[in-house]
Amino acid sequence: MAKTHVTATINGEETEFLCDGQQTMLDVLRDEMGLTGSKEGCGSGDCGACSIIVDGRLVCSCLMFGAEAEGTEIMTIEGMADGENLHPLQQKFLEHAALQCGFCTPGVLVASKALLDKNPNPTEEQARYWLAGNLCRCTGYDKIIEAVMDAAAEMRGE
Amino acid sequence: MNYLGKDVELKVVGTRPIRPDGVEKVIGRAAFGADFSVAGMIHGKVLRSPHAHARIKSIDTSKAEALKGVKAVITANDLPNIPSEEAFVGEGPANFRDMSLNTIARDKVLYDGHAVAAVAATSPSIAEEAVRLIKVEYEVLPNVIDVEEAMRPDAPVLHEDLFTQGVDPKPTKASNIAKRMEFKLGDSASAFAKADVVVERKYKTAPVHQAYIEPHACVVSYGADGQAQVWCSSQGQFMVRAYCAKLLGMDIADIRVFPLEIGGGFGGKTLVYLEPLALALSRKSGKPVKMTMSREEVFRGSGPTSGGAINVKIGATKNGRIVAAECEVMLQAGAFPGSPIGPALMTPFAMYDLSDVTIWGYDVVSNRPKVAAYRAPGAPVSTFATESAVDELAKQLGMDPLELRLINAAKDGTKAVYGPTLKDIGFVETLEAAKSSPHWNSPLGEAAPGKLRGRGIASGFWFNIGGESSGATYVNEDGTITVVSGNPDIGGSRASMGMMAAEVLGMDVKDVRTVVGDTTSVGFSFLTGGSRVTFATGMAVTQSAEMVRDELCKRAALLWEIPSEAVEWKDGKAYPAGENAGKFDPLSVADIAAKSARTGGPITGKASINAQGAGPGYATHICDLEVDEETGHTTVLRYTAIQDVGKAIHPSYVEGQLQGGAVQGIGWALNEEYVYTKDGRLDNAGFLDYRIPVASDLPMIETILVEVPNPRHPFGVKGVGEPPIVPPMAAVANAMENATGVRMGSLPMSPPRIRAALDAAKG
Repeated sequence: MAKTHVTATINGEETEFLCDGQQTMLDVLRDEMGLTGSKEGCGSGDCGACSIIVDGRLVCSCLMFGAEAEGTEIMTIEGMADGENLHPLQQKFLEHAALQCGFCTPGVLVASKALLDKNPNPTEEQARYWLAGNLCRCTGYDKIIEAVMDAAAEMRGE
Repeated sequence: MNYLGKDVELKVVGTRPIRPDGVEKVIGRAAFGADFSVAGMIHGKVLRSPHAHARIKSIDTSKAEALKGVKAVITANDLPNIPSEEAFVGEGPANFRDMSLNTIARDKVLYDGHAVAAVAATSPSIAEEAVRLIKVEYEVLPNVIDVEEAMRPDAPVLHEDLFTQGVDPKPTKASNIAKRMEFKLGDSASAFAKADVVVERKYKTAPVHQAYIEPHACVVSYGADGQAQVWCSSQGQFMVRAYCAKLLGMDIADIRVFPLEIGGGFGGKTLVYLEPLALALSRKSGKPVKMTMSREEVFRGSGPTSGGAINVKIGATKNGRIVAAECEVMLQAGAFPGSPIGPALMTPFAMYDLSDVTIWGYDVVSNRPKVAAYRAPGAPVSTFATESAVDELAKQLGMDPLELRLINAAKDGTKAVYGPTLKDIGFVETLEAAKSSPHWNSPLGEAAPGKLRGRGIASGFWFNIGGESSGATYVNEDGTITVVSGNPDIGGSRASMGMMAAEVLGMDVKDVRTVVGDTTSVGFSFLTGGSRVTFATGMAVTQSAEMVRDELCKRAALLWEIPSEAVEWKDGKAYPAGENAGKFDPLSVADIAAKSARTGGPITGKASINAQGAGPGYATHICDLEVDEETGHTTVLRYTAIQDVGKAIHPSYVEGQLQGGAVQGIGWALNEEYVYTKDGRLDNAGFLDYRIPVASDLPMIETILVEVPNPRHPFGVKGVGEPPIVPPMAAVANAMENATGVRMGSLPMSPPRIRAALDAAKG
């Protein structure tokens, strides 16, 4: 089967790749680009571990075909920090011990960034509903929510 | 030595530094099971049984083998047919023959999802296509899913050679009851005569999955010289090595296992599933093989933990003293014997000082996946029943359920029904902390119209284990420290290991790096389980750091040319021990390391121990909830988890254990269950239909850490990971009863069940 040539901006870099019709964006990121920070927890859009931001929208990359990436701008967990400077969310996740095993963490961080991009001042309830698509089995979400609220406050300059 | 005295000033232990593996995990660079690759690897997939119970008449792999890109196809015939051999593995007894048969079926498939064959091909999609080309002819047999149905004399029998152990006389007819066990103290049958109030009820719990978010994954490379390397996510690199050696018929020395980051396990990764198949495929194809499970395969082919049926009878005097207790536990093992029936019997009365108690139970096989450990395996099932009964008893006596627990609480010197005399326990302290907690002392608040509110409390126990552990401390050339632990870090143990070593050495924790060693870079360690790592491996690491500290003093003495007794270690430096020792400038680790070649070479401490004296863990949880009368939907409004943790090395990660365990328990109480079709197929093998708690389901989980130190650990540690999943099911059920007046005896308390129970109560 002929492969599709795709050009997309991934984490700020214009990137070209070839993918076949069955490959999801998650497959492309992990298997073709070596960006294994996005995780496959379910492959059905239920766990959020593969969350990426596509043209400003939060997307489960396991539900998107690689071929759909043509012309898009994509951010993955690997593009969240600015070089050695962690994003405030990443720093707050470390300070609040908001991760245990760390497997869901990339997806939760990307989803949290999408939340704060849209709503810099969420209530706890808004944060909980926004993150309801990201499963975490270790933490009970408590420290995740604390970290998100604290990062939001810091980013607002409070 | 220990660091428990009031005069010991701890500078690192008890603080909250950023974990050493944290940055890698927040930037997406940490390598979990499926993130690892080696050059030239091919991809393996498993063919799984669509039937709950069937005889395999034939397997035709010829079409799969002929497919372009397929490099190997295996069935059970590619692995040794090993004899029955009992062993204590993971957190319970097992049999290596059964483990082999669970990895790949030989003559019979015993559950929907049971592995039958496996393929390795140049791409995952070719491997999947090849799996579909394998033709298996089955003779479908009658199946049995429910634990009580499986115990009936006329039930379909899974194993023709399974005769109930622990009964006299030994049965002559095969059955699904693998074992009967009993613990007894005093004479419960006659002691019930002393009771003014007796409660008796039957309970049932559904099997639930550990539901770690990372599916099982591995890469293996079997070399032409018969030596193999395995990279995988597991709860024990040495466990993977031992099981693979056994199942493949290899020498342990010929397998090297590299632990990758583990994306959750909770007991579910204390077994091997893919690794033996990948080794057989790699051996046959001559290529490295990568295998990963899909989420559906995780649900159908791994874990879950047992469901059970439990009968409880408890009697008390008018003043609230429990005088007699009995409990019968029927526990599902899945397709092969080995449910956690032992722990299920040891734990549910261990919160109380009882003189007349009998508890017995059965290990029962049925056509479900073989159970794996799940956080305090067995205890949540039986404790849901007994702690619900204690609540019912309080209600009948007209007593506060917390006061009833205080009256009967186990203390130092209490003899537990399973044998030991308990010591250095902190159960009463958890109850007192609950009693004075902000949660217990705040009003429940008014429910909205159409809703009902309630508060419940329940307690739980887990014995915790120690066991064989290794740790090493190395002084690097620049004076920094590397600590090597023999246990996969499942929830922050690298942080606690490094902190204990830093405390001993008087150093900043930033100068101590902790890694998890592969099977050739650190001594043997039993797997990560039983809440043992910070206790047992922490003890080994502490001892290895003490060896290094003592050696550093000796080296300073050599440099100063004074006796080593005349050197003392303080704040990361060697000092002369007094004026008589002479006048020398203190030497840092870096100073001593720089001159180590002149004083005897590299400075290293290694400890391999069999840690004894794990301190049991007690927890008490308080739950407020609100039930919607119309929909039966339950909202948890407030939740507090209180636990005796001995000593919290890194309090944030200890709190995290309490919060995570409590929320898993809330899921177990309210939503989670394996749903089967009439023909024995799992009907909810995905996260959409097997619904674990999400962020919007929950409030903040408040925690109170009670610290009654364990004197048998240098810093007083008790295991903390497992106790928090023991109380939640009863805490939620007791709150539900308080809200609705209805005692829910069956889990999960899902909306349809609540609706039905409310309707039935209205008549």
